[in-house]
Amino acid sequence: MRHIISVLLENEPGALSRVVGLFSQRNYNIESLTVAPTEDPTLSRLTVTTIGNDRVVEQITKQLNKLIDVVKVVDLSEGDHIEREVMMIKLKANGQMRAEIKRTADIFRGHIIDVTPNTYTVQLIGDSAKLDAFIAALGTASILEVVRSGVSGIARGEKVLSV
Amino acid sequence: MELLSGAEMVVRALRDEGVKYIYGYPGGALLHVYDAIFQQDEVEHILVRHEQAATHMADAYARATNKAGVALVTSGPGATNAVTGIATAYMDSIPMVVITGQVMSYLIGEDAFQETDMLGISRPIVKHSFSVQRPEDIPSIIKKAFHIAQSGRPGPVVVDIPKDMTTPTERYPYDYPANVKMRSYGPISRGHSGQIKKAVDMLLAAKRPVIYTGGGVIMGDASEELVKLAQELNYPVTNTLMGLGGYPGTDRQSLGMLGMHGSYEANMAMHHSDFILAVGARFDDRVTNGTDKFCPTARIAHIDIDPASISKTIDVDVPIVGPAKAVLKEMLELVAEAKAKPDAEAISNWWKQIDEWRQRHGGRFELGDKMKPQQVIEMLSKVTNGDAFVCSDVGQHQMFAAQYYKFNKPNRWINSGGLGTMGFGLPAAMGVKLNFPEADVACVTGEGSIQMNIQELSTCKQYDLPVKIINLNNQSLGMVRQWQDMNYESRHSQSYMQSLPDFIKLVESYGHVGMKVERYEDLEGAMREAFAMKDRLVFMDIYVDPFEHVYPMQVPRGSMRDMWLNKTERT
Repeated sequence: MRHIISVLLENEPGALSRVVGLFSQRNYNIESLTVAPTEDPTLSRLTVTTIGNDRVVEQITKQLNKLIDVVKVVDLSEGDHIEREVMMIKLKANGQMRAEIKRTADIFRGHIIDVTPNTYTVQLIGDSAKLDAFIAALGTASILEVVRSGVSGIARGEKVLSV
Repeated sequence: MELLSGAEMVVRALRDEGVKYIYGYPGGALLHVYDAIFQQDEVEHILVRHEQAATHMADAYARATNKAGVALVTSGPGATNAVTGIATAYMDSIPMVVITGQVMSYLIGEDAFQETDMLGISRPIVKHSFSVQRPEDIPSIIKKAFHIAQSGRPGPVVVDIPKDMTTPTERYPYDYPANVKMRSYGPISRGHSGQIKKAVDMLLAAKRPVIYTGGGVIMGDASEELVKLAQELNYPVTNTLMGLGGYPGTDRQSLGMLGMHGSYEANMAMHHSDFILAVGARFDDRVTNGTDKFCPTARIAHIDIDPASISKTIDVDVPIVGPAKAVLKEMLELVAEAKAKPDAEAISNWWKQIDEWRQRHGGRFELGDKMKPQQVIEMLSKVTNGDAFVCSDVGQHQMFAAQYYKFNKPNRWINSGGLGTMGFGLPAAMGVKLNFPEADVACVTGEGSIQMNIQELSTCKQYDLPVKIINLNNQSLGMVRQWQDMNYESRHSQSYMQSLPDFIKLVESYGHVGMKVERYEDLEGAMREAFAMKDRLVFMDIYVDPFEHVYPMQVPRGSMRDMWLNKTERT
């Protein structure tokens, strides 16, 4: 099962490498990883999506908690949560595909953020499944480049992950 | 406030931490620190002959005292030579602070002379690591290093110090902090009372209980509580390789070691038990054998300081996260208050069963024409009254020592359990002897292991470390050969030891005493003579049967009870 694990991390040199190293060292899988400082510059917020059974994910959260630089760990998938990912996708857009791509982007509430005579770059925000669905919906349109940010997540309601 | 250079701060901080000895080897990146060491006499430096030995000496000090040992090694090759020692400590949760020199901070990343990314190399084998970025941080980093190494589940901590952080002419106010406060690190100090109560209820209701304990009882200083609890209940106790001495080995309730080379009775009792109380043990693959067949009728309560050790390989019914000492204390109180008492009849039947198992094997081995390694360990136990520090290398001799030396005290059995590091034994014995000069300290080794750090005979001479080396010489890498005998139709690929040195001449050239023993009749006299030479290192080169195997031995991927009992008989 896919899990979204959120981590509050000391914003120290080497802290990120400890997290990434843990995953490879213990043979855990990383689907995506995002990290950036929070409103408190001494803390980073890191989101990892991983696939594993309950035992593996329990081990992942426990092992993450053991890292000295890790302040808090939450498996967001255990409760209601919101996940978002940003995608920028550059497509060949000539002839009638120009209108077709625009229509599909509108349906998915995407924005065309860059245009040349032959290409469109579409920005799309949503959960990972929505981004996958957009790519599938493009059908025969020819994709030149895809950039995805990886998943960020936050719990619904009043629950917060903070120090 | 006193002004000190970074180099002086390193040494002063170690002094303020109460460190008496540090083990190390100088080099370019550490010259300022070594100069600071030279100019004081409170922290004594022991010069080893190879950095691996420095880490093992520090490690063994920690194993014997439960306090962090300190190693000091230079950048590049100094640091990489220390890696095996750091990994050894990490696998066995041993507190250690390893200070590594580093090239000038402005050269980092430029492939400078003797530069290596020590933080990167050591990352998977440390509890934590620090890189000093500002000289004035040295006292607080060293304080944190000791705190992290020694608290919670202990482990090694690396402190990497670029040379320009120690410049003698740059001085900063020195203040060694009394306490550490870290928002991201706070080891737990007691277990969950509800969980403890649940475990005690199950413990008292058990009909076929086993108490299974590991290194957590030793490092957690919980031996006294364990003995009280086990004796109060009259329950059997088995120890892991790391847990030997946690419960007295000569006591009737001791089943000895369990696992791959565990005693027949310990493995049988585990397999047939209905309740296991695991204390500071981690259900390692060398203990459980096939996890799918592990103790099918047992419910399990597991006490461990590290939540990640609980339900990692074996699912448990009652997890208790906490220090073994505090949790066992609470259990003792609950047992004393409890209305329920253990089912005397069931426990007596259980002991009857266990005694039958003891009769069946009970650690017997066949005598032959040649001296058996087991006989040597039994003799060592006899000559030292079971009271020596036994520092072991890795291989058959390690298993024989674990099986046949009866440890009655914790912290006396010093061995590389998790990593299985050959070459550990001699430096470990040195680290113990230095700190316990009055005690008998034996290094049980083989002609393979001893050659992995034999250069330390020179250090022994320099610092006058009269350890007794018990070399079980079978002219082969015995454990490798045993597996080849059992699984590879005796194709002894690279498991023989040719061109051995004349160990007697070798140790004499270092200024020590050598003794060659080939007949069992000569063993006791020679060994007594060796231990009587209080101020000399004695190397006993003891020729033992090269074809002996370690038994019992679990059948791979079987259950706990599937064992070879000797070369022809299996359960």
